[in-house]
Amino acid sequence: MGNYPLHLLIQVLLWGYVYTSWSLMGRLGMISFGHGAFMGIGAYTVVMLWNHFGVSPWLGALAAFAATAATAFVIGYPCFRFKIIGHYFALVTLALSEVTRLIIVALRDQTGGSLGATPDPALHEGATVSLAALQFSNKLVWFYIVLVVWLGGLWIWRLVDRSMARIALQAISEEEEAAASIGIHVTRAKLRITMISALMTCAGGVLYAQYQLYVNPDTVSGIAISLQMVFGAIAGGMFARLGPTVGAAFTLLLAEGLRYAFGNRFPALDSTIYGVMLVLFIIFMPKGILGALEEGWRRLNFRFRAPRAAAPR
Amino acid sequence: MSDVFDIFLLEAVLNGLLLGGLLALLSLGLNLIFGVIDVVWICYAELIMCGMYAVYYLHVQYHWPLFAAMPCAVAIVAALGAALHQFVIRPVLTAEPINQLLVTGGVLFFLQAAATLLFGIEFKNLGVTLPSITLGEMSFSASRLVAFCVALAGMVGMYLFLKRSYLGTAIRAISQDRAIMPLMGVSPSRVFVITSALGGALAGLASCLLVLQYDVHPAIGLSFGPITFLICVLGGLGNMVGGFIAAFLFAQFISVGGFFFQLEWGYVFSFIFFIAVMFWRPRGILGGK
Repeated sequence: MGNYPLHLLIQVLLWGYVYTSWSLMGRLGMISFGHGAFMGIGAYTVVMLWNHFGVSPWLGALAAFAATAATAFVIGYPCFRFKIIGHYFALVTLALSEVTRLIIVALRDQTGGSLGATPDPALHEGATVSLAALQFSNKLVWFYIVLVVWLGGLWIWRLVDRSMARIALQAISEEEEAAASIGIHVTRAKLRITMISALMTCAGGVLYAQYQLYVNPDTVSGIAISLQMVFGAIAGGMFARLGPTVGAAFTLLLAEGLRYAFGNRFPALDSTIYGVMLVLFIIFMPKGILGALEEGWRRLNFRFRAPRAAAPR
Repeated sequence: MSDVFDIFLLEAVLNGLLLGGLLALLSLGLNLIFGVIDVVWICYAELIMCGMYAVYYLHVQYHWPLFAAMPCAVAIVAALGAALHQFVIRPVLTAEPINQLLVTGGVLFFLQAAATLLFGIEFKNLGVTLPSITLGEMSFSASRLVAFCVALAGMVGMYLFLKRSYLGTAIRAISQDRAIMPLMGVSPSRVFVITSALGGALAGLASCLLVLQYDVHPAIGLSFGPITFLICVLGGLGNMVGGFIAAFLFAQFISVGGFFFQLEWGYVFSFIFFIAVMFWRPRGILGGK
């Protein structure tokens, strides 16, 4: 396979994984605009530890997980304890992702500020693989890594889907007081799924930094990337397991297709069309592309089977 | 030494006060919309960007004088606000509340991208500079002072409109009980459109003041959008007095924090302050329990 299609495939799987991580929370009524923070913590912790202290990204990733878990707890616990839900939850988490971006920019002596940072190259002449530095020049290696991680994300989705916790969270998302009254520990249930979602997103940030070998506060944290996650997941359909991945593929193909068709004459045409489509999606098919397809398929099935089922014995 | 220090600190505090007036005006429109229609316009700052472009093009491209270009920009943004409600918010009014937040997020993407497509990513400067005023050893930009005064006037006008006029009374009534008002002969859908236009007009007013101080570019909404939402939430969504207080608190954090450290740290402190207050009073400083 050529390098370009491979690059696209890696992007789809990587973003599909990140959107899947977001949807774990989003579909259960916790619309977070703060996932940019977790991705930024993942990407920047790893790159900064590697550049300034020579710490291997493997250890760096552990540090990033610890930092993400701490951040998710500090924000999540009070939010859930004090019943900050809906708009308020969305806007508090929005503040979190902006704080992360601003801190990265403000520490410009260490992080390079808004110019971004590049991990120091570990591949010496001729070498294509550096396992310790998590740098590979061969895209095929990256494809397999990202594929495994993406499948892992889907597996976690499945585990969550089949657990009691998911049923509890669904109850919470419908009526928090009622759920609490039948003995569901609301704070703990929400905190657990938030931790899973945040840590997965953080891993996505680590992979993104190591694959692109470039991080920038605007592309890994802040409001823009958080909105990108939310809308990628919604466009594909956050209630279906493959929905977020479909959303990632759709947005990427839209951008690349328009770029192919028009070249660089219209720089923001893809985002313009994407914005219009998002509005239409949320108004006319809030379950996203895959959700709408599934519903259509079910209706079609129903139409063919219904007469037989309804017939008297 | 401490003398000089104090006077610069005082300057920072006063500049914060001026900034507070502007932020209060920004949050006013958003609070009005939320209080009456129960919807957060995530794209509010992008509407302001549209207004800034309107002033810029009318003044620089078509050589309109500012006193004609600015009211025209206010009218344009007011129309945009009404259109936003009619075509985007209305279809999802009965859907889940979070969908209303998200749909305006789609509009944010659209407006930002459309501005890039139409106007390019260059920073555009209005080319109007007001002199700076020196008071003792302190100096303030006159545009900030103008913005502060207009913002205060706008807020007083808004208050009088809501308290004294028939329409304002209807708007307040709808925001208090949406179910009962149709029975009293007030049509909610009409009030909603008028409120949206009013919120748009306030955004337009803010854009006229901002364009005097900042260059306009397609991503400018992202630089003051988040802070506007946070001010509204901090004051209690829909609570205009709370938003007013919150705006001045935030402005002090930004101005004084930026004085002691760098500007970004001022923002960081204000956001952390926001998160901390949310845990103390989840419905905002003046919000109910």
